[in-house]
Amino acid sequence: MGLFRKVHDWLDERFGWNELLAPLRKKTVPVHRWSHWYFLGGITLFLFVIQVLTGILLLLYYRPGANEAFESVQHIMTQVQFGWLIRSIHSWSANLMVFTAFAHMFSVAFLKSYRKPRELTWLSGMILLFLVLGFGFSGYLLPWNTLAFFATKVGTEITGQVPFIGHPLMIFLRGGEEVTGATLTRFFGFHVAVLPGLATMLIGLHILLVQRFGISVPPKLEAEWLAKPAHLREMKFFPNFALRELMAWYVALGVLGALAAIFPWDLGVKADPFVSAPAGIKPEWYFLFMFQTLKVIPSKVFFMDGEVLGVLAFGAAGAVWLMLPFIDCGRARRWVNSLAVVALAYIIGMTIYGHFAK
Amino acid sequence: MATLQSKAPALFASRCLLVVAADLLLAAAAHAQTKNSCLECHSILTDNLGVTEEKFSQDIHAQKGLTCASCHGGDANNDDPEIAMGKKAGFKGKISRSQIPQLCGSCHSDPDVMRKYNPGLRTDQLSQYHTSVHGKLLAKGDGKVAVCVDCHSVHDIRTPSDPRSTVNPVNVPATCSRCHSDAERMKEYKIPTNQFAEYKKSVHHEALTVRGDLSAPTCVTCHGNHGATPPGASSVASVCSTCHVFQAQLFDSSPHKAAFASAGLPGCVTCHSNHGIQHPSDALIGTDDKAVCGQCHTEGDPGFVAANTIRDHLAQLASAIDRSDQILSQAERSGMEVSQARLDLVQARDTLTKARVTIHSANVARVQQDIQPGLASAAKNYEAGKDALRERNYRRFGLGLSLIAIGIVLTGLRMYLKQIESGQNSQAT
Repeated sequence: MGLFRKVHDWLDERFGWNELLAPLRKKTVPVHRWSHWYFLGGITLFLFVIQVLTGILLLLYYRPGANEAFESVQHIMTQVQFGWLIRSIHSWSANLMVFTAFAHMFSVAFLKSYRKPRELTWLSGMILLFLVLGFGFSGYLLPWNTLAFFATKVGTEITGQVPFIGHPLMIFLRGGEEVTGATLTRFFGFHVAVLPGLATMLIGLHILLVQRFGISVPPKLEAEWLAKPAHLREMKFFPNFALRELMAWYVALGVLGALAAIFPWDLGVKADPFVSAPAGIKPEWYFLFMFQTLKVIPSKVFFMDGEVLGVLAFGAAGAVWLMLPFIDCGRARRWVNSLAVVALAYIIGMTIYGHFAK
Repeated sequence: MATLQSKAPALFASRCLLVVAADLLLAAAAHAQTKNSCLECHSILTDNLGVTEEKFSQDIHAQKGLTCASCHGGDANNDDPEIAMGKKAGFKGKISRSQIPQLCGSCHSDPDVMRKYNPGLRTDQLSQYHTSVHGKLLAKGDGKVAVCVDCHSVHDIRTPSDPRSTVNPVNVPATCSRCHSDAERMKEYKIPTNQFAEYKKSVHHEALTVRGDLSAPTCVTCHGNHGATPPGASSVASVCSTCHVFQAQLFDSSPHKAAFASAGLPGCVTCHSNHGIQHPSDALIGTDDKAVCGQCHTEGDPGFVAANTIRDHLAQLASAIDRSDQILSQAERSGMEVSQARLDLVQARDTLTKARVTIHSANVARVQQDIQPGLASAAKNYEAGKDALRERNYRRFGLGLSLIAIGIVLTGLRMYLKQIESGQNSQAT
């Protein structure tokens, strides 16, 4: 304890530590029936940290390249001490992170936490979600197995459908006309350098904005608390909320460990570009709703190619969703919640349909 | 139309004047012809003389520019039936069955002619036909035996690669069976008519129709096509060895070779049968009811002992592979990565396959030599499966400990939080 105090004093003397931490000590978190949704952002952050740590460990053995990638992951899974655990936690944590990021986004949408002055917090969060999906898409290819190879082929083909920029974008992603070893090295670069750099900066900005504006309270409750300040209930961020968040992280860690030990992430069969695609190939679950939508759209809708129409529709829907804080005003307020319900129901419905469809 | 039919017998009389040179000239001239007046009448006839334009257009000869006149003579450019089918135009009318091989051979046996149409096509069909049972009987005056058109059809002859062709590999068995499954027709030849029914139950038929393997043997693979003849007892092994090379070599080096020959037994089919050949199983070897060795060997003779020993060796390896396979599957279901062991197990399976071929040598020592590496490989893979299950249990034990530790930390945090909050509440009040 004496040592801790000495270090604390040493830091405080040089950096004004107490002054820096003062806002955290004063910071409070609203307490109401939907307070548990506030944990999702922190859990997503925890999973991101797990991703970074396990990703660094995987980098010690992973070798990008069409002739080595699969074998190196196989080596990690079978020969490296606890390699199976690190890789399985990395894969499971990636999937859980996508799930918690989506859940966090919808909780923010339903609690209307994006309202003024938090528009930039929403925008940075949305871009972070796109980056998380980018992490998933680029990381999926890295083991260079059959499923990953063909899912990437299909995914980049869909990118190629975007009018005007689609084909050049597809060439850029693939590093040529086809998915090859060049695609793998590119995706590796995106996955371990470009995306982590961007994500770290945006996470910093996102947390800074959350700290700057504090935690949002749902509009009705906010109005009620303004009218009757005696009804206001809150807890200290530190240590009350932070300890609860820590408990949530421990639970997440337990779930991750259990998933990794009981269902180690499958390695599959090494990709062979010369064989035909396996029947019923599907992307990862978080892209399934888009994939299934493109599948059910007729090949021609009036004069337009069905797939192009689908890609444009998703682009437009994504843009509308991104601009939600700026749309949610005046008369539009009435249908914004309905839009969020429809979007959530659509995503869940199409994902389930896509999972069971042949 | 009535006129045409009433004159038909007279016109058919001219068919005896088959002049090969005229055929060749007509064939060569076919390219220059732009009209086929024959079809104008024959396409509306409904009896045996009827040939529709649609049907004839499917014929490879029509596609290569030949016309009716190329085979039947006459003048396809002339609209007057009297002239078109007149003697002066070299009209031959209906070709008699006995003349068909010769007529087809007039082009198909001439390399100079065939070079213009299909240089890769063999030109020995007619000479082969003369050596076939069909050809020999035809030469003796038997008009019921198969001639070219019976197998290749007529007026809509397609190339064998065309799936609709009667001589496409998939259709060959049915084509042969049209005559050979006809008990009435085969009666006078005193040959069985169950070949097709048997063949349909065979592993070769399954390969051809289920797996779509066009290289799988059909009737013509063993019997020949144009030179079709039943392989004699001495040549059966030669027929089978065209595909089953190693088995044949081992059989030739085995004591069975001389023994079968002296007993007048045909090699392969003695144990495997012929048309209804089944996928061989290890049950074929040994001395029990399902095995074939007991047909010749009796208890106490060296062959009897050898058959049982070989059967035991095969069963031992098959069982070891199954055991390894089961434990590896169990490990896989638990999410363990055992792909290397799976790959190694393929090697063990390969040795079993090799041993199953080696049994044709009837040499116990050679079979044992093949079995040993397979047994060693299967044992190694079984150990790999056991290791994987041990590792799985170790992981689950580790998970249990971790979850207990996490549970303790969570409980501690909860208690600490409660303590803090009760302090905060008491301060507030």
